[in-house]
Formats: sequence, structure tokens, C-alpha cells
Amino acid sequence: MDFSAIRSRLASTEGRLFWRSIGELADTPQFREYLHREFPEQAAEWNDPKGRREFLKLMSASLALAGVGACVKQPPEKIIPYVTQPEEIVPGKPLFFATAYPFGGIGIPVLVESHEGHPTKVEGNPEHPTSLGGTDIFAQAAILQLYDPDRAKAVMGRGETRGWNEFQSALRVALLQQKSKGGTGLRFLTEAMTSPTIAEQVSLIQQAFPSAKWHQWDPIARDASRMAAHAAAGAPSDARYHFDKADVVVSLEADFLCGALSVPAQKAFAARRRFTDDKKDLSRLYVIESTPSLTGARADHRLPLKASEIQAFSAALAAAVGAGGAQASSTFSIPNAQKWIAAVAKDLQASRGKSIVMAGDYQPLAVHQLAHAMNQALGNVGTTVEYLPTVEINPTNQLASLRDLVQAMSAGQVETLVIVGANPVFTAPADLNFRDALAKVGFSVHHSLYYDETSRYCTWMIPAAHAFESWGDVRALDGTVTIMQPLIAPLYEGRTETELLGCFVDAQNNRSAHDLVKDYWTRAHAKQVGGWTITDPKGQPFHSPESFWKHALHDGFITGTGVGGERREPGGAAAAAAAAGANDAASPLAAPASPAATGGMEIIFRPDPTIWDGRFANNGWLQELPKPFSTITWDPSAWIGRKYAIDHQLEDGDLIELKYRGKSVTLPVWPIDGHPEGSVTVFLGYGRNATGRVGTPADDVAKGFDVFPLRSSDALWFDNGLEISKVGRRYLLARVQEHHLMEGRAPIRMATLEEYRNEGTKVIQKQGEKPPRALSIIPEWEYNSYRWAMAIDLATCTGCSTCTIACQSENNIPVVGKEQVDKGREMHWIRVDHYYVGNPLEPETVESHHQPRPCMQCETAPCELVCPVGATTHSSEGLNDMVYNRCVGTRYCSNNCPYKVRSFNFLLYQDWDTQSLYPMRNPDVTVRSRGVMEKCTYCVQRINYARIAAKRDDRRIQDGEVVPACAAACPSDAIVFGDLNDPNSRVNKLRAQHRNYGVLEDLNTRPRTTYLADVRNPNPEIDGERGSSKLAAE
Amino acid sequence: MDPKPATYPVAPLIEPGHTFESITDKISAVVLSGRQPLFWFVVLGFGMLLTGMLGMAIAWLLLRGVGIWGVNIPVGWGFAIINFVWWIGIGHAGTLISAILLLLKQGWRTSINRFAEAMTIFAVMCAGLFPLVHTGRPWLAAYWLFPYPNSMSIWPQFRSPLIWDVFAVSTYFTVSLIFWYTGLIPDLATLRDKAKNRVAKVIYGMFSLGWRGSGRHWQRYEHIYLLLAGLSTPLVLSVHTVVSFDFSIGIVPGWHTTIFPPYFVAGAIYDGFAMVLTLAIPIRAVYHLEDFITTRHLENMAKVTLATGLIVAYGYTSEVFFGWYSANKYEGFMIWNRMTGPYWYMYWTLIFCNIISPQWLWFKKVRTSPFLLFCVAMVVNVGMWLERFVIVVVSLHRDFVPAAWGMYHGTKWDYMTFFGTVGFFLTMFFLFIRALPMISIFEMRTLAPGAKVPATEGH
Repeated sequence: MDFSAIRSRLASTEGRLFWRSIGELADTPQFREYLHREFPEQAAEWNDPKGRREFLKLMSASLALAGVGACVKQPPEKIIPYVTQPEEIVPGKPLFFATAYPFGGIGIPVLVESHEGHPTKVEGNPEHPTSLGGTDIFAQAAILQLYDPDRAKAVMGRGETRGWNEFQSALRVALLQQKSKGGTGLRFLTEAMTSPTIAEQVSLIQQAFPSAKWHQWDPIARDASRMAAHAAAGAPSDARYHFDKADVVVSLEADFLCGALSVPAQKAFAARRRFTDDKKDLSRLYVIESTPSLTGARADHRLPLKASEIQAFSAALAAAVGAGGAQASSTFSIPNAQKWIAAVAKDLQASRGKSIVMAGDYQPLAVHQLAHAMNQALGNVGTTVEYLPTVEINPTNQLASLRDLVQAMSAGQVETLVIVGANPVFTAPADLNFRDALAKVGFSVHHSLYYDETSRYCTWMIPAAHAFESWGDVRALDGTVTIMQPLIAPLYEGRTETELLGCFVDAQNNRSAHDLVKDYWTRAHAKQVGGWTITDPKGQPFHSPESFWKHALHDGFITGTGVGGERREPGGAAAAAAAAGANDAASPLAAPASPAATGGMEIIFRPDPTIWDGRFANNGWLQELPKPFSTITWDPSAWIGRKYAIDHQLEDGDLIELKYRGKSVTLPVWPIDGHPEGSVTVFLGYGRNATGRVGTPADDVAKGFDVFPLRSSDALWFDNGLEISKVGRRYLLARVQEHHLMEGRAPIRMATLEEYRNEGTKVIQKQGEKPPRALSIIPEWEYNSYRWAMAIDLATCTGCSTCTIACQSENNIPVVGKEQVDKGREMHWIRVDHYYVGNPLEPETVESHHQPRPCMQCETAPCELVCPVGATTHSSEGLNDMVYNRCVGTRYCSNNCPYKVRSFNFLLYQDWDTQSLYPMRNPDVTVRSRGVMEKCTYCVQRINYARIAAKRDDRRIQDGEVVPACAAACPSDAIVFGDLNDPNSRVNKLRAQHRNYGVLEDLNTRPRTTYLADVRNPNPEIDGERGSSKLAAE
Repeated sequence: MDPKPATYPVAPLIEPGHTFESITDKISAVVLSGRQPLFWFVVLGFGMLLTGMLGMAIAWLLLRGVGIWGVNIPVGWGFAIINFVWWIGIGHAGTLISAILLLLKQGWRTSINRFAEAMTIFAVMCAGLFPLVHTGRPWLAAYWLFPYPNSMSIWPQFRSPLIWDVFAVSTYFTVSLIFWYTGLIPDLATLRDKAKNRVAKVIYGMFSLGWRGSGRHWQRYEHIYLLLAGLSTPLVLSVHTVVSFDFSIGIVPGWHTTIFPPYFVAGAIYDGFAMVLTLAIPIRAVYHLEDFITTRHLENMAKVTLATGLIVAYGYTSEVFFGWYSANKYEGFMIWNRMTGPYWYMYWTLIFCNIISPQWLWFKKVRTSPFLLFCVAMVVNVGMWLERFVIVVVSLHRDFVPAAWGMYHGTKWDYMTFFGTVGFFLTMFFLFIRALPMISIFEMRTLAPGAKVPATEGH
């Protein structure tokens, strides 16, 4: 031990130096080594104070504060106390930072709310053209992913904790070997990427290692649509659909209203479905699909065909609209399909240039090409359909790309493999045997948020920095670039993709992500790189790079980087060549029209609606979010048709064995009304055996729910040849909703456009009773200041559940777990009720309806009357306030609530022990403890926030100033909130609509949350029996 | 002058051959002899075992929360409220027998009133436990439900039926306890005088409040006892009326009905008498008290049981009728769901237990057969518990919005708590038998032939 070193070290420090052991004080290499192995978190900051200091300088004091509260051990740098208050930070006042959350390489533009340096909530970026304020469940749940205590925390080498420097040394050795060979053994595997900085890095790497190859793989690949658009436009393109301009939309299994990246489509589609008393035209949506989807639930007509029949249907439809191809004389499992073809074709031809035919990613290339041909034949290209340059870097056929990689790996040609983001050991098609091939790679690196299946089989694992901890850049669907700025210093030792790829470029080695991104955009601004034309929103150039940088960070996007102006014309020689290439027999997507195997049942693969391909398996919010239709939480299920289930005596939760191509998986079955008979849908993403504590099933049966082993590269989405048999055991599936029929109570009211036109105002109001106001002898409340109310438009709501997750994030709502959900104790303050209409034995008659259900904030609230301690009281503005401190938990209020919108902390559901979750919670909302009732408050904290601002300016709260979390997040703007005392408020105008009604109005509860009845626009040629009459028959 | 021969045979209230001494000796011997039959040890031991289980269940409940039970959303009330209403119902017979039958001058109440009142007190104790521990935060509910002045100026919410409950049940318990104790004073003095054991003498002496049996004592005693009887009488009707308000004030279909107050009171008396029979029949046999609790007593109780059972049946019928007649879709569905929904077996078992099985009591053979009577009474006890299950759970589990419907299943902690209170009740009751005269000695003595003073010679 070198005491003189210790003495000099002590002398050189300013202020008090805290040390844990004499070894630390001496700062010996041995001790540092020890730290690496034992305390990965501390080791990082020990090693790399420089990058951190830089980072802090840039993010000013807000990030210094982030360090205080965010469980990162304070780096040995000066922090600034609040005595001299840092600029922009007011305690208690949140700040919003614009950034993006990448999904499949595409950025979801968001604003992240930050309280004293802790990001707490995600909102859409209202300025950004692909968000306009809307988000989806994945972006909303990203905040929980950020704070997930199970994320990978340290660099791992062969299963042991290592340091970043050790990895760099090891990599240097590996790269030295590759350098001499020009990189022949160097391969990269990523998901689709759009980052311009990474694009440049890739080209630099390519220069340094000319023979290195870059592969891409995403299990939910968009290969077919990518290739079809390429073939149609003659260059790498994406087809963009303008739903707001379309009168007729035909979806060939295109689930465009659901999931990530659906926000722009939802906004545009809703614009044509928002029905008012004076605007009475609606677009019409036909959905031809196999597995019921939320898009199908929204459709005016849904035709449930087997997945393999959709191609024949498309061909017949194309022939009927004159888009080439002969009229195929196919027979369909639904006899009505023939009638459909004629009716849909007629409708399409009647709205030439104003229609859209769209094929889904789960259909083969041929269907996409038919859709493109139909759009061209109908004159839609240029009006409702556009071909725009793709935003991806080097778009490729990902399946072919992965197959090439695996072949090279198996042949021993790959010496160094860098996997960024993807989890191919779990998600690669089973026949490729990725895991075995990986074993032949000498040096493999996996960059990932979690220590997952792929990490286990790689020599190195680099923890990824979360999007909200990272500097980076990403392009949105329309190509607009967002500079991602970190909201918090990395909680663990996370590195960004840019930093990892920087290790391969000598000039970029060891530079921070911030430097790399800023450097790129400074050069881009100077027109040295990328060929961007960068202007401010008014079209003027920025006067300095700093000004540009600040604007870009502030706005969350760079104007002028979108691809909107570069429309491509379809057809031409290039297109013909590309089409020929795509249809080449060698192309894996040029799959034959009918699946390879015949006989047996059809197996359909789908990403899980909430945990996607398994990447969100450790996210409790998404696990507990009810899946559409089945409302199951925490588990997958195999969906089958109702008739098949009855014929084979399969009940909810019966385990079935699925045998397919010699492999078998056991799953619990769930009959779904409207599911095509003869098909079974299975969901990818479950059965993870290497993720965090939330996503790894404890149950032995649940460990076998992984259906990736059934999926092979020649049938990614569906195939025949499935055999199922009943195992004879049951598996407990925790569902949120048990009953899906309305029982004649019309909680959802509905009419067809025609009924509305004919009967006018009466059609909605006749579906329920409303007692006269003077019925009660009790005097009415007086609301002299504000009168808050909410209106939910059922004609635009898609049932996507983004409101539920947004509410969970805003209001610190705990996750309760599968067992508690099964007992009926889920805590969501806004749930999405689902109802079926139609005959379950005839899938084409089945309609689905969704209804978000927050608290109704009744004016004569049954809950308020019965509380013995006055813990739920009526506010002067009409809210049913819940006083947690006063609540003793008799649950009488919940019993007496006819809507059952209250939830109760039966046990201590809040996680009070996991420290990393503390900074995630919204400091404006009480964290409830055990034994207390809770419910929707209309986000009273947001009302009060606006109230303070209004009082300061001595004015009333303006309309639109208070937006509850659900309304803010809603991607179709179906939820509107406002003040009824303001005659011009949007909510007042909506409530004046004839289709405004309150659920259970007959009880005289006078709900403040009202609904605008659903209006659908069916084609009378297909089915005349629609609308309120059908609803009433249920 | 010989008394007029009866025009029709009436079974006596006390078997012939008893004198003042024999009555006193026989009843006080149970307490003072110090010897208890094996039956007593077995039941007390069993009761204490269950009481221990209750303690465990409550401790775990306080540690973990009400989530250990089966309650959920929509069924926010489960076993706890069912048990509360059931026990309160059982607690009705005691005061009814002592107060109302006293005012109606029904002499046959004498031999059963004492232990019926004790039963009331212990049943109300069991009942009182549930509303407290079923709350999410009982440590606060224990006093926040009472209107006490506090620095925050917060009062309970007086519009809530749960607050009315607090007053109704606590008043009922207090008055029942005082009534029971007042009635015990002369007998405590008797025990004081007869006890050989010094400690017992002192304890009985303290509780007998210096009773010497003087004429003035007896005069005051008769006054106060009559006054308390008058005070208790409306309570018998009010307590269960208020308990029924917990439901009828709510808007849940199946709760929100005007027939609930009378229907609950009748149900409570029905159940209370069934429980008195359940206790009296075995005790009578074990302690050989057939002389005092005669067949006539059993028969009278059976008749009351039958009469109140018919009122309850009327209640059920009118619920069904109004489910249809109201043309209210929620009410109609509620009745249909009770009969054919997922808990149909509960409803039909209830109908069997409470309506069909008691019809045996029309037969004198059944009424006078202790064994058959015991069986019918047991069935009624079960039936009345099921009735509360049907009201509480089956109404809640499918109310207004179909998407929010759910199911309810009691957990092992629910059952442990319920049977734990049964054990507590048995423990208390058998300790009572050991420590206090279970039949009123001095009132029984008024039934002895020696107490019949010829009218001409008296007053």
C-alpha cells in the first residue's frame, strides 16, 4: 500500500472525500479491478468521469439533479445545491423534453415529463407530424422499462461481470485480426435502423473493413410491404396511406389501427370517422382478416377468412376492379365471401382515387403486389396512396439477410459478430438454428437492454442505454429526424448503439454518444454530410450550428428532414425489374400462393398485442394490460373459433398440444368469437427463460409457451399442417372481463349512418331512458366555478388501451400480478370494456365494440352517499374526490358504484422496496397504501396545475389547458375533457351532439363522463341487418 | 277452592313434583357442584381450538390486509358481511324472548330467556367483530366511525347506513347486556349464598350488588326490568331494520327494495329461534333439564320458527314477484340470475332450507320430537347463512355493467374466520354455563306449585 499516494490524493481533493476502504483511498489498480468485479455500477463512474462531466455540462443542472435522485452514486463532481437555483428548474414544476422512443428502428416522437431530473411520464410530441400528441402503449410503458430494476447492469464477458475497458481491449484484439483480412469475418446483426449518425458510422466501418457485412433481423419484419413498395416504385420506398382522404378503405389483413407506429394512421382514420350533427359522411372500412384485430373491430364490415384464403380473395378482388389477373374461381370457408367481392369491388370503383387497398405485413408478397396493383388501377396513387423514399438505412429483406448470416456462421466464416438490439436466439426462425450457429462464432457481442437468451450465448454482453438515457438520432415514419436527448444519466453501465459502433471506427473510439451525434449534425448543418437541407420551421436557415442544435433539441425534430416532398411515381422499368427480382423464386417472400403443407389446421403467428415479440416481457404494465378481446393478462393463449371449440369440447384455459412439422408446444386455448374456423392463432413473445423477474414465468407449464420453435423461415406468418389435441389439463388464465354481452342494457349505443340519416336524433336516445331532472326532491349541487366533464367518442375509439397505460403511468397505479387479476382486483382506473354483438357460430356476423371506462364523476353519485367517514366527497367542480387519508376501506362505495370503476388496495400492491422505481412515480399523485379505495380523478393534479397558472394570471382556465393523461395519450383523439361552464368548450359542443348519451342514465346518476354513440357505415349490399336493431337484439 | 280444570290439555311449563328448593338446587348445582359432564369439556375444548384459529386468522388479516379473503371488485363484501348479518340475526331471539314475550306475559319464556339472552350477547360480540376487521384499515375504522370531537372538525358521514349500523348495534349490545345483567342479580345473590368456595362467594357477592331480596329490592327490580323490556322491544325491531338499510339504501339490484326491513327482522327472529333450539335441545338433554325446558317450550319455539319462516317465505316470493312486476330489467335479471346464474345452487339450497324444510313443523310429531326439531333448526341456521350469501354476493357479482361482472369465492381465511367466530361463540357460551345459572332460578320458582297463591287469600 502506497501511503504517500494516499496522502497526496487526500491533499489534492477539494472538500471532504468519502472513502469506503483504504484500498479505495489508495486507488490501487487492484482495487479498481476489485470494483469491476464486485460493484459494476460504481466501476463505470470510476473509469469514465470525463464523459460524464461533459454530459453534465451540457444538460446543465437538471441532470446533476437527476444524479441526486436517480440511484446513481454521485460522481466525484461538483453538484449545485438549490440555494442558488439552477436555471429552468423550479421545484414542483415539471419540465418536458422532446425526444423519441425507437420501435423497430422507427422513432416514436415523444415529450418526456421530468420532475426535478426524474423522467416520470411520456407524452406524444404535439408538434411532430407523426404524433400530434398521440402515443401508443409501448411508448407509454417505456418509462417503466427505463426504471426496470432487472435491466442488464454491467458488461458481461463469458457470464462474468467485466468492465467496459476490458471489453474494448478484447475487441481491439479481435478487430486487429479482422483488419488484416479486410473484415471478412466481421458481421453485424441489427434491427431495422434509421439513425443518420449510425448510417455514417456504418459507412465508416465499411471503409475500415470493406468485407464486413451488415445483416438485419426483426421477427415482426415488414419485409413483404417493403419489397412490394420497392417493386411498385422501382426504388426502396415505403407506401404511405392517407386515410383522411379515403372514402373506402379495404384492409387485406392490414392491422393499421393497432400497435406501435399506428398513431398517424389512427389520427388520420379518426378524422374521417368523427361524426357530428352537421358532418354526416363517413369513410367505410372493410377488413378481410384471419385473427381478429382491433382494426377488424373498428371495421364497418369484417370478413373472417383463413389467412391462406386472403390471397385468393385479393386476386378475385383485383380481377373485379380490373387490376389484372384472372378471376380465380376460389371457394372460401365463408360462403358470403363471393358476395363480398362484388360489393367491395363496386364500392371501390365508385370511389376511384378516393380509396385505399392495403395489405398487411402478415400476408405474402403476392397480396401486397395485388394491393398495389389495385391502388394503381383505381387511380389512388398520388391521392390516397403515395410512394416515398424509405427512411430505413439500407432496407433489406431481413429474412434473407438473417439466412445468409446463419449460413456464414455455420460455415465458420464469421469470426466476430456484433448483435445490436435484436434477440435472435429467441426470435430467429427455428429451422435456421441460430443458437447452434452462434456457438461457432469466436467473438460475439450482444448489445441489449436485458441479459437475455442471446446474451447468454454471446461471449460479450454490453448493456444498452435506454432511449431516455441516450443521445442519438432516429427518423420517424415520415422521415423527420429527432435528436434523442437523455432525460437522465444512465442508471446502469448502459452504452448507446452509437458508442458501441464507435469502437469500430478509430476516429470515433471512446467518444461519447453526445459528441458523435452533435458532431454529425454540426457537419450536416454545414452541408458536409448527409445531403440534408436544414431549415427552421419557417424555412429560413439557422444562423449558427448552436442555434440549430438548440432548436432541434427543443422541438424534438429537424424540419426539412422528412421525405414527404420526394414522392415517387410507380411503374417504369426500374419498378418492373424490382418486381421481377422480388418474384424471383429464390426470394423467400415469393412464397407459393397456398402454403407448403396441406391438410390439418392452419396455424397463424402473431406478435403478442402487449409484449410484442417478447421484448416487453419484463414490463409489468404491458403484462397486466388486458389483451384485446380475450382480456387475458400475463399469459398467451391459442385462439380458436367458437364452433371448433364447441365441437371439440374445448373450454377457456384447456391446454392443447399443437403439433406442427414434428414439433409441439402446449398452450392454453381461448375461443374467440369472429376467429375463422379451422385456424389457430398463436402469439409470439411468451415463454422467455432469460429476462427479468417479471417476464420469466415461474410456472413450469408457462415456461413452454414459447411458439418461436414452431415458426420456420418458409412460413413466418401462417401455414397448414397443424394438429391439435386436448391435453386434458387446464391452465389458469387471468382475464379481466368475464362477460362480453350487453344483456340488453346498451352500455354502448350505436346506429348506422343510414339510420342516423333517416331517424335523426331519436335513434340514439331511444336506446335508453333518461329520467327528468326534477324527479329528485334533493336540491341540486351548484357549480359556480368550473364544471368538469369528459366526452368519449365511440366512433373513433379503437380500443387500443393506450389510455389505460397512460393513466397507470400518470397516477402511480400499481401492478398487482396474475393471481390478483384472477381474483378480480386489477387496479386500472380507466379500463376498456369490450362487447360482442352477433352470432358466435357465424364468425362473419360478429362485431366487437370497445368502450373506455373511467370514473363517470356522477353529479348524484351513489358512492358519495354511503361512505361512513366521508372519504369520497363531491367537489365544488363536480368531481367525486377520493380522500385517501380518510378512507378506512369499507368498500361500500365500490359496491354502490353502478359502473364499478373503483379499485381497492386489497393488499399492499405498491412496490415500496424497489428503489429504482421511486423516481419513476409522479410526485404530484399520492402513492396509495394498503386498505384504501382509489379511482379516476380526472387527473385532478393536472387541473390544479392549470388552476395555479390561471390564478397567477388572474383568469379562468382556458379550454384545452387541462388534458387528463388518457385524453392526452389517445391516438385517435376520442377523449375530450373540459369545462361545462364554458359555453364554447369542446366538451360542451360534443355533449350537445344528438349522439351524446350517458351510460345507465336511467339510474339518474347524471354522469359527467358521457359517450358519443358509435356510428358505423355498413354497405347495405353486404348486410342490411346492422345497427341499433341488431344491438337491441343482443 | 279448587282451580278450574283446564278445558283443553296444556302441557305444563314445569314438570310436576318440583319445589322451590329442588328448582334452586338443580339449577345452581350446574354451577356450584364443580362437576361438568364430558360434553362440556369436549365442546369447550373444541370452541377454544376454533377461537385460537380465529386469533390466527385475524392476526394474518391485520398483517397482510383484506386481500387474504376472497373479496374483489365487483364483490366488495363477502363472508365478513354475511357473517355479520347472520350473527346479528341470531342475536335477535334473546331480547325478543326476554323483552317482547315478557311484555306479552308469555310465561313460557321463563325457562329459556336467560340463555337466550346470553346467546344474544355472544352473538352480537361475534357480529361486531366483522364490520371492524373487514375494513381496509381497521385501526382507523375502530374510532373514525364514531362521532368524537377532534381538532380536524371531521365527523362521520351521517347519511351512510354504516354509521347508523354503528349506533344501532352498539346500542343494542349495551341494552342487551344491561338487561341480561339486571335479570341476573337475584340469581347471583342466590349463588353467593349457596357457594361454599370463598372466592366464588366474593365474586358472586360483588356482582350481586348487595341484593338481599327485600320487598323494596323486588319492587325496584320489577320496575327496572319492565322499563328495560320496554326499551329493548323497539331495539329488536330497529337493529335488523338498520342492518337491512346497509343494503336497501344501496342501488344494487337485489339490495334496493323496500321490503328489506320487515323481511330482515322476520329472518332474524327465525334464525334466532332456530339457534335457541339448536342450543337448548342438546343442553337440556345433557344437563337433564327436561323438567324445566319442557316439550311445551320446544313446541312453542317451533311454532314461532314456523311463523317467522312463513314471513320470510313471503319475502322471497314478493322479491320474485316484483322482479317481474316492476318491469325493471336489472331487477328481473337479478332474480333470474339468482335462480339460474352461476350461484343457482346457493339459491335453491336456500329455498330448501328456509322454505321447504321448516314445513315439517306443521306436524306436532315433529314439533315434539327434540331430535327432528334439532335437525330442522340446524337446517334453518344454514339456510339463513345462505340467504345472506345470496343477498350480499349474488346481487353484487352481476349488477349493472356486464363488462364489470365477476365471481366470488371464499378463501381458507374466510372460512377460518367464520368458523373461528363459531368457536368463540361456543367458548363464551359454555363458560357462561359453567359460571352462571343458565335458567333463571327465581323466575322458575314462580312457576312452582308453591308460588300459586290462591286469589282470595292474596292482595
